[in-house]
Amino acid sequence: MNSLSDNLDLLTPEFALAGLAFLVFAADLLLAEGKKVYLAWLSIAGLIALIVVSLVMLWDEQESLYDGLLAVDDFALFFKVFFMGMGVFIILSSMDFVENKLKHQGEFYGLLLFSILGMNIMAQSRELLTAYIALELLSFSLYVLAAYAKDSAKSNEGALKYIIVGAVSSAILLYGVSMVYGTLGVTKFDDIATGLASASEVSPALWVGVALILVGLMFKVSAVPFHMWAPDVYEGAPYPVTAYLAIGSKAAAFALILRLVAEGFAPAAERWEQWQLVFAALAALTMLVGNLVALAQKNLKRLLAYSSIGHAGFILAGITALSLDSDLATNGVMFYLVGYSITNLVVFAAVISFFNMTGREEIADLGGLAENQPFLSACLGMGLFSLAGLPIFAGFTMKFYLFTAVASEGYLWLAGLAIFSSLVSLYYYFQVLRQVYIEPVPAGEEGGDFVEQNPALSRAPSIPMIAVLTTGSGAMIWLGVYPKPLIDMVESASRALIG
Amino acid sequence: MNDFDQIALLLLIIVPLAGSLSMMFMPGDENKATWYFAILIGLISLVLSLVIFARYDYDQGGFQYLASYEWLPGPLDIELALGIDGISAPMVMLNGLVLFGGVLISQTIHHRSRDFFVLLFALAAGVYGVFAARDLFFLFFFYELAVLPMYLLIGVWGSSTDFGTFLRSKEYGAMKLLIFLVAGSILVWIGILALYVEAQDAGFGTFSLSGLQVLAENGAFDSDFQTLVFPLFMVGFGVLAGLWPFHTWSPDGHVAAPTAVSMLHAGVLMKLGAYGIIRVGMFLLPEGADNWMPVLITLGTVNVLYGAVSAMSQTDLKYIIGYSSVSHMGYVLMGIATLDNIGVGGAVLQMFSHGMMTALMFLLVGSIYHQTHTRDINILNGLASRMPVNTFFFAIAGLASLGLPGLSGFIAEFMVFTGAFRTYLPLAILAVVGVALTAIYILRLLARTFMGESDQQWASLKDSSPVEMAVGGAFVAIMIFVGVWPGPLLDVINVSVQTIPGV
Repeated sequence: MNSLSDNLDLLTPEFALAGLAFLVFAADLLLAEGKKVYLAWLSIAGLIALIVVSLVMLWDEQESLYDGLLAVDDFALFFKVFFMGMGVFIILSSMDFVENKLKHQGEFYGLLLFSILGMNIMAQSRELLTAYIALELLSFSLYVLAAYAKDSAKSNEGALKYIIVGAVSSAILLYGVSMVYGTLGVTKFDDIATGLASASEVSPALWVGVALILVGLMFKVSAVPFHMWAPDVYEGAPYPVTAYLAIGSKAAAFALILRLVAEGFAPAAERWEQWQLVFAALAALTMLVGNLVALAQKNLKRLLAYSSIGHAGFILAGITALSLDSDLATNGVMFYLVGYSITNLVVFAAVISFFNMTGREEIADLGGLAENQPFLSACLGMGLFSLAGLPIFAGFTMKFYLFTAVASEGYLWLAGLAIFSSLVSLYYYFQVLRQVYIEPVPAGEEGGDFVEQNPALSRAPSIPMIAVLTTGSGAMIWLGVYPKPLIDMVESASRALIG
Repeated sequence: MNDFDQIALLLLIIVPLAGSLSMMFMPGDENKATWYFAILIGLISLVLSLVIFARYDYDQGGFQYLASYEWLPGPLDIELALGIDGISAPMVMLNGLVLFGGVLISQTIHHRSRDFFVLLFALAAGVYGVFAARDLFFLFFFYELAVLPMYLLIGVWGSSTDFGTFLRSKEYGAMKLLIFLVAGSILVWIGILALYVEAQDAGFGTFSLSGLQVLAENGAFDSDFQTLVFPLFMVGFGVLAGLWPFHTWSPDGHVAAPTAVSMLHAGVLMKLGAYGIIRVGMFLLPEGADNWMPVLITLGTVNVLYGAVSAMSQTDLKYIIGYSSVSHMGYVLMGIATLDNIGVGGAVLQMFSHGMMTALMFLLVGSIYHQTHTRDINILNGLASRMPVNTFFFAIAGLASLGLPGLSGFIAEFMVFTGAFRTYLPLAILAVVGVALTAIYILRLLARTFMGESDQQWASLKDSSPVEMAVGGAFVAIMIFVGVWPGPLLDVINVSVQTIPGV
């Protein structure tokens, strides 16, 4: 057994990220009011530097730290870079919002950095308790962030629901961990796989333990029937935090599930076949409920919440199809996570811009946006096209890849259901598109002119927003037209995971 | 010129696509400049289409202009493989003609004209892509690309129809069209996945059409599988071809659409559906096709009769043409379903002929509507004295539609009937009745709208603009040319129709 300090340098990015978060907290104390925006730039610069450092240091590294508690491999690297990159764009698109609408900017960015640290460790952990701690680091930061609009009753209500549901689900997860430990005596993923495979008869307690772990994780990815918290929290949380919930935390939870399934369940092939059915049922339920309920939504944030539940269903379908024989499913899931996050980022950046201009968040308020904001509308339109799964955008290619993976693993019915849910989602995405492009501008307060009352509508979006929207849209088209470079990276991440 | 052959099809897709993307960066308020740029793109596309058609060597037959580019190797084995045969070559030419015509007459679009052309060219690129694709992934990619801009094209630039007691709004037409077509594409997508999985079970998972065809010839798809999967393609693509009873989106959608979009959609896009049935359904699943053809030909006959009867009772010019499209697409479906080389050849020729004819009709109606703001045949009258050229072109298109010898429609319908008489006699007789019904609604339309005394309110009407006349004249000339001397077109079509397995 190696000593604990061996190879500690492989965790440099994590230590540095924690340091960066503390640096932001400290700098916050020193900066005068009105100059706090530098904190955002400091965080961005730090994240970019860390991305570079991670890539240079950890490229093709294949190590296991602390006797197999943490993995430093291409899979972890892929997600680390992905999370930190998303962090950069989230910060860029929240700068205006945070400056004008929230207090205590320093803590906002600091907490965001801590949550990214949690996500990074989630992608690395190969042991239940480590994963649990990382998950809590992420969750606690998010609880605070969700309540960040302190004066808004909605934000407080949402955050309260979030913390209660979050705490309960963590408790369930922890209870599951204890039962697995009680029956198998191990907590490392690969040991669980060995235990599952070798036990001639699996004790009921182990079944329950595994089931409870899954339930806890399903809460985090808001899979039906554990999704009730998501719409309320999404609606209540400040806009950038909503975006972050939909993009970052969900992807991190799926990264953890991917590793858990690939290293902990899939090697026990016979047992995994039984669990596949559970996953398939959850996926089917999630995609149907998410997309059908979204049809009835009037509020943009709630719509995007249900849309993200629907997409979680698609990703779960990909997890269902995971097998050690083919890397199609793991590739598909990772490709989908990246494409979905980028697309959602574009959509959220556009609606956050709109919110900054008008303070409105109903779908009907978007009426006639194309007349006043052609650029914003075009980006929002492309984002919606992509979410609905249409070419030439990332949405089409990633759905095609993922659904093919699902079908080729023998779940043609699930792929068919996913394709059907996709049609349903098209309807509500196009309702938004209809407001933007076809409907007239809504009436303003007291029947006045909406555009005159919101003079910001006639001005261009802020520079950071334009940067996010342009890069995001470009990436969306690039992934839709020529995804090979990304697929190459995803494949090397898959190899690290399933060999 | 070998280099040209290598990149011809890629250029064909890239030119409109690049045009579409680059237009997004043009200033939004320069209508004139936007239109000129659009004409340039349309002209390049047209020239490319014509050259590609003209250089297609029918002595050699088969797929030509083959090119493939690595896209996603590995288990999915997707590559951008392109190539056209004698069935797609006329379609490529048709798309070039209608696209260029549509762009020319779109000078009347002043509201956000940049966005209009961005979407229109995206659509056109999609159509070219479907006809050129030799890989199921890309076929489906371009298929969706062609179908989806329609929602905005209709919703933003379309027009609503007020029937007094009820309103058919453009939003309604757009959403209905979208839902029907996407529902169809769901079936197609599931069908494609099923093919992939079946091919994978045979040890060679691929989306390549040529690869799948080799598998099909080696019996990788057993009879049960074919019978199960063929209807997915038949109905899925059939929706876009206006297959009864899934045709109801078509009149509503075409009526609500702006002129250029109606032209492209009725003229070219509906053909994508029929083309898909041939290319994917019949080439890959011949046994399934064989089993399902009685159903298809029956539905096709219903299409012919139902569309014609509906057209007879409509009072809106565009609805009449919309239902006439449903009726005429019925001949295409019938022709396909005969599985007879004359019948299928007739179907492909009908696809071309109907494309020209219906595009011309929508163009002429657009020209009338632009001035009168009504399309009600009870209100319009005596237009012949005000718009002689428009009337003349309309009469030609109408006569082609009811199958007058000497015009393209006659040859096509005659071939379809010949095929049907050889295979399904009773249905063929019913379909001939459809021609008589066509005569009724076309002559009714011509008599009410163009003949008789003209009201005072139409005294100030001007004839179609020179641009419209030029486009209309070109279409009329093509219809007459094909009607008098179909040889060149038929040679190209027949050489590939013979290669369809089971025909």
